[in-house]
Amino acid sequence: MKTRSGRRGAGYRHESTGLLFAAPALVMVLMFFIAPLCYMIWMAFQQYPLLGKHKFIGLQNFRDALKDHTYTHAVGLTIEYTVLVVPLLLIVGLGLASLVSSRRRGAAAFRTIFFLPVVVGLASASYLWYWLVDAQVGPLPYILRHLGFGNMTNPWLGGMPGALLVVTLMIVWKVSGLTMLLLMTGLQSIPVDIVEAARMDGAGRVRRLRSITLPLLRNTIALVLILTTAGSFLAFDQFYVMTKGGPSNQTLTIAYWIYHVSFVNYRLGYGAALSVMLALVLLLISALQLRILNDSRE
Amino acid sequence: MSVVAAPPELVAAPEEPTGRSRFSLPAVAWWIICICIGALFALPLLLSLVSSLRPPAVSQGSPQLIPKQISFGNFHGLNKLGSGITDYLRNSIEVAVATVIGTVVLATLAGFGFAKFRFFGRRLAFLAVILMLMIPFQAIVTPLYVLLVKVHLSDSLVGLALVYITYQLPFSIFVMRNAFSAVPDALQESAHMDGCNTWRGFTKIMLPLAKPGAITVALFAFFTAWNEFFAALIFLSNQGKYTLPIMLTLIQGQQYGQVDWGLLQAGVMVTMLPCIIIFITLQRYYVQGMLSGSVK
Repeated sequence: MKTRSGRRGAGYRHESTGLLFAAPALVMVLMFFIAPLCYMIWMAFQQYPLLGKHKFIGLQNFRDALKDHTYTHAVGLTIEYTVLVVPLLLIVGLGLASLVSSRRRGAAAFRTIFFLPVVVGLASASYLWYWLVDAQVGPLPYILRHLGFGNMTNPWLGGMPGALLVVTLMIVWKVSGLTMLLLMTGLQSIPVDIVEAARMDGAGRVRRLRSITLPLLRNTIALVLILTTAGSFLAFDQFYVMTKGGPSNQTLTIAYWIYHVSFVNYRLGYGAALSVMLALVLLLISALQLRILNDSRE
Repeated sequence: MSVVAAPPELVAAPEEPTGRSRFSLPAVAWWIICICIGALFALPLLLSLVSSLRPPAVSQGSPQLIPKQISFGNFHGLNKLGSGITDYLRNSIEVAVATVIGTVVLATLAGFGFAKFRFFGRRLAFLAVILMLMIPFQAIVTPLYVLLVKVHLSDSLVGLALVYITYQLPFSIFVMRNAFSAVPDALQESAHMDGCNTWRGFTKIMLPLAKPGAITVALFAFFTAWNEFFAALIFLSNQGKYTLPIMLTLIQGQQYGQVDWGLLQAGVMVTMLPCIIIFITLQRYYVQGMLSGSVK
């Protein structure tokens, strides 16, 4: 062990002691993240049943993926779902944020209420909504029926696009509290004097929103977009609970199909290959995230 | 590499009402809009609570905002579900407690190591942690399952907790590293002058100062372990080992074509209420953590 005089001038410290402190955490990361990550890449080139021998099959899994209509449909649905959810979460979040960044009394209480659905589990929230929209006992069809929107006897989750819309609605309820909080801090970081100066110069409300608020909020908005995009790319719980992927696999997402391939069909090599492709897409999204954040620091 | 470090002013005062009435609505309009939207957000939770408290006999009927009769029958009904609600509650508590303790201990140690030492391999270790933030659990579950089966940790609450701890670590290490970085080095050095070794300095000087960070880490670990669905669904195959969210799948699939809605509401409430209560009491730490980890 050598004692290096640290750049902070503390000549007493063994810098390598730090490794001892970090070691337990690093061992866990090695065992439950790095090892499976490497194993996944190897598995992707194997035919790998749960029981019995695995064998090397080259790129066959990836070729299968391109011909797998359920998979390509799942990719399509995941993108559709993402395109639906992401802008909604941004717009609703922005609306809520502008409401609760008010200095009025009561703003903090409403902030808490809007945020409540964020802290309950996604699966339990999905079960709650599964009941909420049930054609026989659900309050939502009940209310609409009494408002005279027809008898609402068709199950909402029983077909497309109904199922996708209900899941989207549930997610907006569940997650917009989070986008609200992020955007609220963004709004609060805009200096007042800039807005004041613009007002003095005669800029109206719309003009101020377009020329000051939105450009200065750019980084926060980018962050929200990336977080929600990555989140909806991994959608599983809500579809598993509310639609089981049906009717006839129409609401299968990428994560759901990986689950099905790996743990219902036990085609683990194929599941690994699909996971590799998903991981690559997510790496791309994260790279984008880091670039935008680094830009914002300049 | 301070990608996840939040601007200090956010961490310092996230809850202060620094908002400006930039979008100044008339007060009455603001209240009406907020109350309407607030009702939309709170109503699903309230309706579910109310219907869980109805007698099981009327649970299959039309919804009510105010129950005519209050009954805990649905909650009692959970006793007869699978191996009984007490088992599932205990499983969830065990996994959550193990995850919280494991995460706090490991992240505190590692956060201190990363904040105050420049050891060999530090950059590489950091890179591994960042990579974890980028590749989420869902993308790696297949090989992880295979490896867990090999080491006999699948279908085990211990295995599940170990997985939860690992995937909580990146966020938690960042929070703890930031907490320790905020403590001036001079403090530690003077402790050293007074004869404290590194470990004593860590436990006597650093730990008390990093307590708010540790509470944040504990909270997030709890919420993850309590609510997580995907991994628990895959790794646990023995019905007696299910956690609460997986218990709910039993209610949904109990009688084919006919869900016992009262039972489902009771199950949903047992799963949700602890989260809501904990969030409302420890809100400050939660929001703080959300902002400091929001770059996640």
